[in-house]
Amino acid sequence: MSQNHYNDREPVIRVVKRAELPDRQITLLRLLALILALAAGGLFILCVGYNPFVIYGTILSGALRSPMAIQATVKIIIPLLITSLGVTLAFKMRFWNIGAEGQIIMGAVFASYFALFHANWNHWVLILVMAAAGMIGGGLWGLLPAWFKANYGTNETLFTLMLNYKALHIVSWLQDGPWRDPGSQGFAKIARFDKNASLDKVLGVHFGWIIALILIVIVYVYLRYTKQGYEISVVGESQETARYAGMNVKKVLLRTMLLSGAVCGLCGMIQATGSDITLTTGVTGGVGFTAIIVAWLSQLNPVTILIVSVLFGILEKGSSVIQSSFGLSTDCADVLQGIILFFVLGCEFFIRYRLVARKKKDGGKERNKGGER
Amino acid sequence: MKKVLSLLLVLALTLSCLTGCGSSGGDEAETTAAAGAETAAAEEEDAGAEGEGVMPAIAKEDIKVGVIHLSDPAEGSGYTYTHDQGIIGMQENLGLSDDQIVRKNSVDDTNVSEIDTAIRECIEEGCNIIFATSWGYMDTCEALAEEYPDVIFSHGTGYKCNGVNFNNYFGRIYQARYLSGIAAGLKTETNKIGYVAAMGQDNSEVTGGCDAFAMGVYSVNPEAEVYVKVTNSWFDPEGEKQAADALLAEGCDVIGQHCDTPNPQLAAEEQGVWGVGYNSDMSKDAPDAVLTSVVWDWSVYYTKAVESVINGTWTGENYYEGLAEGLVDIAPLADFCAEGTEEKINEAKEKMLSGEWDVFSGLIETNEGEIVCEEGQTLDDATITGGINWYYKNVVVK
Repeated sequence: MSQNHYNDREPVIRVVKRAELPDRQITLLRLLALILALAAGGLFILCVGYNPFVIYGTILSGALRSPMAIQATVKIIIPLLITSLGVTLAFKMRFWNIGAEGQIIMGAVFASYFALFHANWNHWVLILVMAAAGMIGGGLWGLLPAWFKANYGTNETLFTLMLNYKALHIVSWLQDGPWRDPGSQGFAKIARFDKNASLDKVLGVHFGWIIALILIVIVYVYLRYTKQGYEISVVGESQETARYAGMNVKKVLLRTMLLSGAVCGLCGMIQATGSDITLTTGVTGGVGFTAIIVAWLSQLNPVTILIVSVLFGILEKGSSVIQSSFGLSTDCADVLQGIILFFVLGCEFFIRYRLVARKKKDGGKERNKGGER
Repeated sequence: MKKVLSLLLVLALTLSCLTGCGSSGGDEAETTAAAGAETAAAEEEDAGAEGEGVMPAIAKEDIKVGVIHLSDPAEGSGYTYTHDQGIIGMQENLGLSDDQIVRKNSVDDTNVSEIDTAIRECIEEGCNIIFATSWGYMDTCEALAEEYPDVIFSHGTGYKCNGVNFNNYFGRIYQARYLSGIAAGLKTETNKIGYVAAMGQDNSEVTGGCDAFAMGVYSVNPEAEVYVKVTNSWFDPEGEKQAADALLAEGCDVIGQHCDTPNPQLAAEEQGVWGVGYNSDMSKDAPDAVLTSVVWDWSVYYTKAVESVINGTWTGENYYEGLAEGLVDIAPLADFCAEGTEEKINEAKEKMLSGEWDVFSGLIETNEGEIVCEEGQTLDDATITGGINWYYKNVVVK
């Protein structure tokens, strides 16, 4: 019956998966999306009563107009970039690591222990130990859901998401209890770290940016040219195939999540000791979630991740300047970011799928032209 | 460098001598006079540079003020709104133009990177004095004050200061709370007064304020008890309402508050009883319930601070003033206040203004029976700001 019903009344519009488009066409589509995004955002700015060109110009200049502005923009980019690289490792394996927030926090917690209680160590030894601690902290926090998934088939999306809140509450507990700043007069906060325990600045920004650039290369090479990277792709495409090819799927799963968490944990260490110089509940600044968008927008390509992170950084830094320069509420800046994202992400949909309108009798010819190449 | 600094110090000193402490007036004439005196004064380097003027004067048209806000002033009633009113008042008092004020709104005070970015943006835009209004900005201000010795950082509600370009400011809000307690004590019929507190007993600011309120109640109505409920958050619209509802259910018929939103007042209004607002005059939010509100006029401090930078009399000292300077007060009394409220309040106010008596003077007994202040004694400011971790004898924790 339903069969008949379907034949009689085809939906007005339906979604059809595209065969892969040629690269040039993809680039064109993306460019179009960007223009549409800017136009729609401009319309919104116009409705709020400002000149869109001035606002867009201020976003750009606000992020890049002076060495100080560029330094601030780079500081925003660093955690986004590193975390995106971290989650990319997991996403390549089709493991939905929504827990980067938690992994960043745990990395920061582990590193903060040494910053608070061993601040008198030799500077470089301390930095190395803190980096290692950060990676272990984040790695273990990533390993936990992977282990449960491997052994009990738990849902990693929920598991990693919930671990974020656990990590957050651990920080709340630490700052309210054992690690509370003794001089804080009863307020819950952790003391600012000793200078010896903070990352040095290179060109005005803590050297996390150098680590980030090195990580791009490492992740790129790891995913593309190593055996382990190949295993990740195969497991991501099909676990059955991987098993048939003799790969130890469980081992790949655990190892990759350990690495993904470790990279995020390293980001936590860099944020706590380079940017914040203390540990607070706001250590992630939400990058654990933004990084997911960045990673997918970049098609999980480490080099593209760099470009997208830079664009995100400029947008965020610039938005903060338009708030103060024009009195435009921070919420308006968020709406603007949302509009731009909506179009850019929407474009990805149209690259992979197309909409087919209900056809008259001669529909077949049309389909041949658009769909199968 | 050292020479330039000492020269500037001397210049500042000269200026401060001419203008006197805190007084304002025809700066133009003084600037010329100071310029003449500069050469003479420069010879006796460093002479007694302690005291007034530790930063160089900045001409009025070169002043740029940065403000870091916790939320958006558009919230219209609470902490950020009140601070922004103070900034606007300062701007009017001193005749600064709009582009001399840079506001950074909704800067999350738990996200250090965000705070750091916001303050640096102010510096980049040329701000020479930055007011950071929330407690959580303190450590970042301290670090940036070291990095930018030419910029003045003034931090609200904290306790740190470097004596040069980083100070903190707060006020004797407990004086206004005491006065509002009188209105509450006279109004209550059930002799149960509720108090929604943001933080618990180990927070001296909140606990001391609650004690002052309770002492005001006790001074006119020794029978009444003050029921305290803690929300453990500076800003929690839902929790504040729930706390007020719970207190109302206990039979309280006046709700005082040390929290950000007018929700406790709205809860009281819903029940047809009364309340005492905080931060701004909350009779605009709950006109049928609010007896009075404990209010800040931050423009008093902001004006003084910016003026002192213009005059070169900035001292880098902490600022802690109260009723006498007009920094704190209570909003006009509602006409449904109990009879005689105004007289009682004025009487207490007179004593505070004349300096003959203050809230934390004389015999003070806690609700655990401990004596924390003897007859004839007065608690010192360090204790008031950081050491009140007890509740007054008529306070009951709920």
